[in-house]
Amino acid sequence: MSLPFILFFVFALIAIGGAVLLIVAREPIHSALSLILVMMSLAGLYLMLGAEFIASVQIIVYAGAIMVLFVFVIMLLNAGVEERTDYSKMAKYAGIPLGILLLLELAHWMHHSLIGKTPANGAGSANVMVSTRELSMQLFQKYLFPFEATSILILIAILGALVLAKRDE
Amino acid sequence: MNVVPVAYYLVLSAVLFGLGVVAFVFKRNIITILLAIELMLNAVNLAFVAFARAWGQTDGLVFVFFVIVVAAAESAVGLAIVIRIYQNRQTLNIERVNLLKF
Amino acid sequence: MPILEHLWIIIALPLAGAALNGLLGKNWSKALVNSVGIGSVSLAFLSVLEAIREFSLLPAGQLSFFKNYFNWMAAGSFKVDFALQMDHLTIVMLLVVTFVSLLVHIYSTGYMAHEEGYYRFFAYLNLFVFFMLTLVLAANIVLMFVGWEGVGLCSYLLIGFWFLKQSAISAGKKAFITTRIGDFGFTVGILLLFWTFGSVDFGTVFMKAANMPAESATQAGVLTWICLLLFAGAIGKSAQLPLYVWLPDAMEGPTPVSALIHAATMVTAGVYMVARMHALFSRAPIAMFVVAAVGAITAFYAATIGLVQTDIKKVLAYSTVSQLGYMFLGCGVGAYAAGIFHLMTHAFFKGLLFLAAGSVIHAMGGEQDMRNMGGLRKQIPVTFWTMFIATLAIAGIPGFAGFFSKDEILDAAGSGADAHITLWLLGLAGAGLTSFYMFRLIFLTFFGKPRFDEHKVHVHESPRSMTVPLMVLALLSIVGGWFAAPHLIGKTDYFEAFLHPVFAAYGVPAGIEQGASLAGAAGEAGGISPSPAMELLHALTGPPVVLAIIGLLVAWWFYIRRPDAPKKLAASVHGLYKLLLDKYYVDEIYAAAIIRPFLWISTNVLWHAVDERVIDGTVNGVASVAREVGGQARELQSGNARSYATWVVIGALGFSVLMLGVWMVR
Repeated sequence: MSLPFILFFVFALIAIGGAVLLIVAREPIHSALSLILVMMSLAGLYLMLGAEFIASVQIIVYAGAIMVLFVFVIMLLNAGVEERTDYSKMAKYAGIPLGILLLLELAHWMHHSLIGKTPANGAGSANVMVSTRELSMQLFQKYLFPFEATSILILIAILGALVLAKRDE
Repeated sequence: MNVVPVAYYLVLSAVLFGLGVVAFVFKRNIITILLAIELMLNAVNLAFVAFARAWGQTDGLVFVFFVIVVAAAESAVGLAIVIRIYQNRQTLNIERVNLLKF
Repeated sequence: MPILEHLWIIIALPLAGAALNGLLGKNWSKALVNSVGIGSVSLAFLSVLEAIREFSLLPAGQLSFFKNYFNWMAAGSFKVDFALQMDHLTIVMLLVVTFVSLLVHIYSTGYMAHEEGYYRFFAYLNLFVFFMLTLVLAANIVLMFVGWEGVGLCSYLLIGFWFLKQSAISAGKKAFITTRIGDFGFTVGILLLFWTFGSVDFGTVFMKAANMPAESATQAGVLTWICLLLFAGAIGKSAQLPLYVWLPDAMEGPTPVSALIHAATMVTAGVYMVARMHALFSRAPIAMFVVAAVGAITAFYAATIGLVQTDIKKVLAYSTVSQLGYMFLGCGVGAYAAGIFHLMTHAFFKGLLFLAAGSVIHAMGGEQDMRNMGGLRKQIPVTFWTMFIATLAIAGIPGFAGFFSKDEILDAAGSGADAHITLWLLGLAGAGLTSFYMFRLIFLTFFGKPRFDEHKVHVHESPRSMTVPLMVLALLSIVGGWFAAPHLIGKTDYFEAFLHPVFAAYGVPAGIEQGASLAGAAGEAGGISPSPAMELLHALTGPPVVLAIIGLLVAWWFYIRRPDAPKKLAASVHGLYKLLLDKYYVDEIYAAAIIRPFLWISTNVLWHAVDERVIDGTVNGVASVAREVGGQARELQSGNARSYATWVVIGALGFSVLMLGVWMVR
């Protein structure tokens, strides 16, 4: 058992644990915090895969901004334990089994695909780190248009959120 | 020194995605459902990064970038809607928000 | 050859009259309606005369004229053309139809003068003439059937002319439905004809039939079946046993209708059809015998019912049924010309009888029951004398029209090649009964003391528009038979000779003789050549004449000498009397045996079971299935996001399984 494997399994278990906690938790705030836990471990996994920039973005933006937003809203609304209502029989009985089925099926597919046979360093390069410089080259040259588009998207989202959440005068 | 095969990451991604689906279907609180969505997006991000590493290209990472951006926008708007719903119906139980039925 | 080339003009004229009167006549004055109605028929009559003149100018060898105007239907090998033909037989029928129609139209202007729907009456009458002429002029059996059905329609319309009267509508329906039963047989006959000969055109069919041998008298071949089926139609249309029941009820219609349609023309369509198809009938001995037997039995049967009827029109109706029987008897024993001859004379005297009866009813202010008449001969002399002449004709008194025609038929039935002693006896008995009941009618109506209140009923002679046709028909009832006078002295009679080419065409198989050559052939065979005087004596003292005179005398005894005798006789054979009076309960039997079961089946089986449960059930069932499915499908949109999510997951699962499968296979 080499270090990468151990690290992988640790992070993986934390991630899965966080996900399970998210499902099991009764209070929404507990779910949100579990998700933060998941994101943290995922950031670690990203680092292991050599995507340092993405790992940072994950922590700063995803865990640091989005999840904070979630927590703010939960606290604002004082979201507590919800009453047990079960209007959808289908969701109640078929939901979990189906989800697990999907999970297994995807896992099976991933595992048995050709991908699974290749080592996690394509083209045989020894360098496992992807420099931010390379990433930004891609981002601002090949994917420039989507980049600009997403900036407009964010603008729209801001406006939308403002309008929607404004208290009625 | 062994390298962790890509497959492992992918399997993990699939597992996380599946758990996200379960949470999405099973939980009643709207905010929790949104959290489940985030979980699924994260799982997908992991898959992207793993593939980027497998092919040795950075396109996957760019996609992750965009996914995060979109997730942010979507969360903002989604939570604004949740706030609205709470203001109107005083409940965060998704099953109570069922006016759009036959 | 303008008219002959355009024979269609003859039938188009009354159609135009019907259309004009029917569509526009509602607000026209009576005079205008009359002009259109009478004008169209008189023009048709004149056209017929002109066509005959042109026909006579044809080369000597040409016996018929045929013209195909356009192709009406063509479906594979089934071709029906609008084709008209003219030969000697057609000429006779055309003259009878157009002339008698003309007289009835003139008569109607007087009889129907006070009726609502005056224009409608004339429109229907013209329409009837149109269809009848189509029937007569048709050169193929399908076109003839068009006319056949059309006259049935007009009969229905005219019987139910007073459509607010329940009994009239029922009578109209009865007529139409009963003839329909016969028409079904006719249709199947047409199909069989086409199937056998590959054509419906008379010329083609008869040519082919001419090459076929006569069928046996014991085994029914296809020709026999064709003839029997076609004759079934004739049984309905010409009111023979067992489908005669509509004719007495048809008396609900106005009297001119009874005169034209139910005495002179429509009911004779069956006889014309048999005569026209003689090439087929002559080769089917079984069918011939059936025709003759049905005719003879009907002749006798209807006469028995007519003996005791009290309504003046009903007596005449049963008389018509009986006389039609004679016509079929004539055709059935091969004496086609005699049958047609009787058709012609019958048109004259029966038409006259009905019109005169109408005049009597008109004079009596609507009374039709003879028991309430009496002693009218002084008060309505013209009506009396014309009706008396017609009665002499129908009874077969020598010198009048009916004598010649009936005599020829009975001759053929008694001693022709296809003769049958029973048929002859039936015909003879019927003749005696005919004489009796007709003179009974005359005596009850016109002689004796008036059995009505003379103050209540103001008896007056009918207007000229009604009496002039009566006089014309009376004249024809006398001279109309004189064509056959030479027959009395053993020579060929003119009428016979005129029609001979028609009936001799297509090679009548050996053994069938026409009435005319009887005396000559019998004379030759026996080696004796009777002198003309002997022949005349023989004819004048033959059984028919004797019976006719006996009938007259018995009627005179019962109704003039001893007026109370009928009642005593009726009382002493009360059962028989009742049976006859109630028409052998045929209508009741039909109602119980046929109509009631049919109605039961229609109501319970077809309506409740089939229509309501099966058809409605299926249709409604489909609708309710759709509704149920829709209802179920609707549940899908529950508004519950969790169930939506579950469905999304199911879809994603399915899709990924599919992809996995595809990938694995590849």
